[in-house]
Amino acid sequence: MPTYFEKKQLVTPGELLAEGEYMAGSNTYAENKKVYASRIGLANCDNKRVDVVALRSFYFPKVGDMVIGTVIEVGFSGWTVDIKAPYTALLRASDVLSRPFKPQNDELSQVLSGGDLIVAKIASYDRTHDPQLTVGEPGLGKITRGQITKVTPSKIPRVIGRKGSMISMIKQETGCQIILGLNGVILVTGKSPDDEDLAMAAIQKIESESHTSGLTDRVTQFLKEEKAKVEENKNE
Amino acid sequence: MNEKPEKLIDKKGLRLDGRKVDELRPVKIEVGILSNADGSAYIEHGKNKILAAAFGPREMHPKHLSQPDRMVLRCRYHMAPFSVGERKSPAPSRREIELSKVIRESLEPSVFLEYYPRTGVDVFIEVLQADGGTRCASITAAALALADAGIPMRDLVVACAAGKIDDTVVLDLFDTEDKVGCADVPVAFMPNLNAVTLLQMDGILKPAEFEKAVNMAIEGCKKIYEIQKEALKTKYMLIQAEEEVEEE
Repeated sequence: MPTYFEKKQLVTPGELLAEGEYMAGSNTYAENKKVYASRIGLANCDNKRVDVVALRSFYFPKVGDMVIGTVIEVGFSGWTVDIKAPYTALLRASDVLSRPFKPQNDELSQVLSGGDLIVAKIASYDRTHDPQLTVGEPGLGKITRGQITKVTPSKIPRVIGRKGSMISMIKQETGCQIILGLNGVILVTGKSPDDEDLAMAAIQKIESESHTSGLTDRVTQFLKEEKAKVEENKNE
Repeated sequence: MNEKPEKLIDKKGLRLDGRKVDELRPVKIEVGILSNADGSAYIEHGKNKILAAAFGPREMHPKHLSQPDRMVLRCRYHMAPFSVGERKSPAPSRREIELSKVIRESLEPSVFLEYYPRTGVDVFIEVLQADGGTRCASITAAALALADAGIPMRDLVVACAAGKIDDTVVLDLFDTEDKVGCADVPVAFMPNLNAVTLLQMDGILKPAEFEKAVNMAIEGCKKIYEIQKEALKTKYMLIQAEEEVEEE
């Protein structure tokens, strides 16, 4: 029962990964007791379970995920929201209004209209229905201030860093509040647009340089230098 | 080459472009070259130059075409007006519509369509320069575009043709050989699963010749597969380094 890869080896779709009593984990599939990769990624074997960490994928909705979406349509009893997934999500009016919704009394477009951004959680999703969103928890709802930046969904863990080291460092250095949507959309809210720009520049730096080592240190350095520059400009 | 050449294979056993009977044209592939597409690939197969772009999975438009139990794969094979000697009308011809279908059907077995019901994936194939065997090169590039878009696949699909010229079975026909020769057998193949997803024949072959042509085409597919795999990996080498850094 051999495996045919080294740890963290780059594999392409269709590559034979293991033969015998192995379990097919994420981004793999099993056929005739053989495990193959189904996406390009890095292979890993843990306790007879073969996984591939996908290097290329897209956001796929999962119940409980926090996402940031754009309202694209106001409907009769709710809104259609683009969450950068294969499906558009639905947000029901009764969920937002937190009281029974009566079409004759409430004008939905006054609550949320096309183009509005919302932070929401995925309340339900299965193969037969489009994902439903909820904003019924603290911290969720319409975004009224701050700026939006986007990264590839697979890079979100990189922005968070190990045990949240990266994101808490950026928050601390810039004094901004940062909300990460698991669909790759990031909301940055700070005291001034300059702070927000700084935090966003740091996030974009992570995305473009995420393959280099000592990234957390270099982003810290980057933020400190940028802040020093701003101070200088003020003094002049 | 406007007039019909008398012999397609010379006394030394070399073909018009100097290749041996079982030799492929040079193949060059690049992955991820279009920033607006979810996945893309560019292939140069001899003088063929083809771009493939994949979009999705995304909501199906028009909606009534979506399927409740699976994702819908759509392909569009199109030749640029300047891709051939005589200007080709940009409107889709009978041949292009047929090739779109043939390419779609050769890719469908490789994609896990049942994973994402009610969605659609679009693959656009644009032939910038054509020199025989574009359907095969298109399939090779389209499979890469799908893989680059992050769509789960059973295997990559790779395609290559064989045929018969001057009573000899040869690999990978180019335009003149295709037009003047006796037969052309394009084959699309999933190398790891050892499965054929496309098999066509244009012309007349004896059963023994047909078998020889199919086997020769599959051998050609396997050679192109190595190039295809390498092209896909090259793009992701950098990202692999990044993951290793994370490990530290």
